Amino acid sequence: MKPPASPHFKTYLLICLMVTFGPLGNVLLGKGMRQMSASSTGTAAGALGLILRVLTSGTIWLGIGSLLTFFVAYMLVLSWADYSYVQPASAAAYGMVALLAHFILREVVTPMRWMGVMFICLGVLVVGHTPPRTTDGR
Amino acid sequence: MLALIFYLLIIGAGTGGELCVARAMKTVGEVKDFRPAALLRLVPRVLRVPSMWAGVTLMATAFFSLLAVLSTENVSLVVPVTALSYGAGALGGKFFLGEQVSARRWAGVFLVCTGVALVIVGRA
Repeated sequence: MKPPASPHFKTYLLICLMVTFGPLGNVLLGKGMRQMSASSTGTAAGALGLILRVLTSGTIWLGIGSLLTFFVAYMLVLSWADYSYVQPASAAAYGMVALLAHFILREVVTPMRWMGVMFICLGVLVVGHTPPRTTDGR
Repeated sequence: MLALIFYLLIIGAGTGGELCVARAMKTVGEVKDFRPAALLRLVPRVLRVPSMWAGVTLMATAFFSLLAVLSTENVSLVVPVTALSYGAGALGGKFFLGEQVSARRWAGVFLVCTGVALVIVGRA
């Protein structure tokens, strides 16, 4: 893969990956584990069966892959960008979860939660207008 | 009192851990080659930095503190409190990593803190 052109571009790209794959990984793991617990028996044999089912579940592996992508993107972006920039910017994941819950899972999102999402988006927008890097990288 | 200690650990150790990981990545230096082989070569270099291990240990401490406090307190109370970690993160960025946190960035952090607390309270 060719390196991205500018520090701003690669910072935004990696934060987008974090905001997408972090919540996605949690949702997939949650979904996968709910499928498992419904059929576990609580005995040693049941526990072993549960582990085997976890290890052969496509949903769980997709969740693990998503969280791994999130973590790699997080580590890479911190190699040049400010922590005080990345941390609040990645809070956009909370907005992503609310949107996923409303439009994909058809969950009821309360007005207070939407207000919170608006605050987060506004905060991310404000932080996004500051320089991502204010140190010499050491 | 015990819950207060756990809250302090969640915010302090969690943010401290992330700050240590950030310092470790700054020590490794800016990553410019994103090919899979180059990223794999990066792993042993990252693991040789002591602050990475300190960061992972602190983050694990925060995680187990979160589990402990969740066994006695309501999620709707615990998780909004953890929104304070955004404020702690900005302070840590300024004093531990030497970042310049401008008034605009502080304003953004405050809005994010408020928003995260509202999202989590609104879930209840």
